[in-house]
Amino acid sequence: MSRLRIITKGIISGNPIFVLVLGMCPTLGTTTSAVNGLGMGLATTFVLMLSNLVISLIAGLIPSKVRIPSFIVVIAVFVTVVQLIMQAYVPALYETLGLFIPLIVVNCIVLGRAEAFASKNKPLDSFLDGLGSGIGFTLGLTLLGAVRELLGSGAFFGWKMLPGDGMLVFILAPGAFIALGYLMVLFNKFLKA
Amino acid sequence: MEYILIIISAVFVNNIVLNQFLGVCPFLGVSNRISTAVGMSAAVVFVMTLATLITYLIQTYILNPLQIGFMQTVTFILVIAALVQMVEIILKKISPALYQALGIFLPLITTNCAVLGVAIIVVTKEFTFGGTAAMLTLPQALVYAASMALGFGLALTIFAGLREHMDLVGVPKPFRGVPIALITAGILALAFMGFSGIV
Amino acid sequence: MARESNFRNMFLCLLIICLGGSAVMGSVYLITYEPIAAAQAAKVNQAIARVLPEFDNVPALEAYQVLVDGRQVTVYPAQKDGVFAGAAIEAVTTRGFGGPIKVMVGFRPDGTIHNTAVISHTETPGLGDKMDPRKSDFSLQFQGKNPGTFRLAVKKDGGQVDAITAATISSRAFCDVLDLAYRAFIQTDQKEGGKQ
Repeated sequence: MSRLRIITKGIISGNPIFVLVLGMCPTLGTTTSAVNGLGMGLATTFVLMLSNLVISLIAGLIPSKVRIPSFIVVIAVFVTVVQLIMQAYVPALYETLGLFIPLIVVNCIVLGRAEAFASKNKPLDSFLDGLGSGIGFTLGLTLLGAVRELLGSGAFFGWKMLPGDGMLVFILAPGAFIALGYLMVLFNKFLKA
Repeated sequence: MEYILIIISAVFVNNIVLNQFLGVCPFLGVSNRISTAVGMSAAVVFVMTLATLITYLIQTYILNPLQIGFMQTVTFILVIAALVQMVEIILKKISPALYQALGIFLPLITTNCAVLGVAIIVVTKEFTFGGTAAMLTLPQALVYAASMALGFGLALTIFAGLREHMDLVGVPKPFRGVPIALITAGILALAFMGFSGIV
Repeated sequence: MARESNFRNMFLCLLIICLGGSAVMGSVYLITYEPIAAAQAAKVNQAIARVLPEFDNVPALEAYQVLVDGRQVTVYPAQKDGVFAGAAIEAVTTRGFGGPIKVMVGFRPDGTIHNTAVISHTETPGLGDKMDPRKSDFSLQFQGKNPGTFRLAVKKDGGQVDAITAATISSRAFCDVLDLAYRAFIQTDQKEGGKQ
C-alpha cells in the first residue's frame, strides 16, 4: 500500500465517524461550533499520530498478554501531554472542550488504530495512518460543528451569516444526534459505493 | 432530600447519554435487543460505582496530597481497565450465559467513556446540591455515580425497545443502521429535555 | 512479533512503560507549569480590567476574601493614584439553571455597577448564556445602576430588571449574584473608606 493511500484511506473509505462510527462521544459533545470541532479534531490527531508512532516502535518488545494495558498507558501519557499544553497555551478552548480532552484516552479510534494498524506496521506508516485517521476525524467534527453552528446560531466559524438566532435545538443535545444522523444519510447516499 | 435531588438530576435531567454525550458507543452498539441492553446496564452500574469509589479515594488520598493532579487521566484509566478485567473474570465464572450475551462489549467498558467521564466529573466538578457549590462527599459521589449509570441503563433500555420495533419497519436504504438510530436518539433526547429545570 | 508472556517480562515491560510515561508527563508538567499559572492569572486579570474603571495597581495581588451570609466572595480592590477607585468582586451563585454561575462585577467607589463579566457558567447555550456580555445586551442594563436604589430583581418578581426571554431562572440567578457582590462591596467600601 502506498504511503499516500494510507493517509487518504482514513479520510473517506475508512472515515472514523461516518464509516467506522467510532468516537461518537466527542463527535456529539464538542461540535457546538465549527471551531470547537476543529480544536477537538486536532487534539485527537496529535494523540493518534504520536501514540501510533510510539506503539509501532515498541510493539515488538511487549509480551502479548500486557499489550492492551501498555497501549493504554502510552495513549494516556500523550493525552496528558495534550491536556497540559492546551491548558497552558489555549486555555479558552481547553475550558470549552473540558471533559472531552481527558476522554480522548477512551476514544475507540485511538486504541482501535493502535491495535489494528500500529502494532503490525512500520513506524512511518503507523504515523501516517494516525495522521490520515486524524484528518478524517477532524474533517467530520468540523463539518458537523459547522452544520450545527449554521443551523443553530446562524453563524459560520463565528461569522454571522444568517439573520436571527437560528434553530436553538441544533446547539442543544438533541440536535447533535439529529444533525449527525442526517449527515450520515448524505454520506451513505453520495460517497459510499 | 439531597440524595433524591442527586438521583433525579443524574438519571433524568443530566442524563449521561442523551444530555452529556458519554457512553454513546455502547448506546448505539448494544441496543439491538432489550435483554442485552439490560445486561449491559447492570454491568455498567456495577463497574461505574466501583470505579468511582476507587478513583475518588485515589484522588483524595494520593493525587491531591502529592499535588500530582496531572496524573489523573493515566491513573484513572488504569484502575478502570483493571477493574473491568476483574468483573469479566468473575462474570465468566458466575454467569456464562450473560457473559456470552455481552460478548465483546464487556472489554469495551474500558473504552466506555462514561465510566472514565463520571469518575473525572465526580472529583473535579462543583455541584450545587444543598445551596453551596462544593465538591461531592464520598457517599454523595457514590449515589451520583450509581444514578448516572442508572440513567445510562434507562436510556439504553428505552432505546433498545424502540429499535426492536424499528426492525419491523421498512427504512429507506441510506437511513438503515446507524443514521436512523441517531435520529431516533435525537428525538429521545428531545423528550428528555422536558426534564430540564425541574431540580 | 509479540513475545512469550511470563510474569517477569510482563512485570518489567509495564514497569518500564510506566516509568517512561511518568518521566515524559513529569517533564511536560514542569515545562507547562508556569504558562498554565500565567494563563489562569491572565484570565482573572482580564476580567478585572474589563469590569473596572481605570486603575493603576494590581488588584489580584491585594485580593482577599469576605463572607456574606456564609457565602464566600473574593474582593479585588482597585486604586488610582493611591485613592480607592472601586473594586472588582468575584461571586458565585448556585441558583443557575444548569449549575453554578461565577461572575466578576466591577463597582465604582460610589457603589454603582461599572461592568460585569461572566467567568464560568453551565447555562443553556443560546438562552441562559446571554448573560455573557459577548452574547447579548442583557448585562448592559446594569451598567451605571446602583443596587442601593435599583431593585435587583426581574420585572416578573417586582424588580426593575428586563429578564432574558425564556431564561427567567438564569436572569434571577444573575440578579442574585449581583446582589451578593453588592453586599460584599458595601462591607469592603466601609473598610477601604476607613483607610483614607
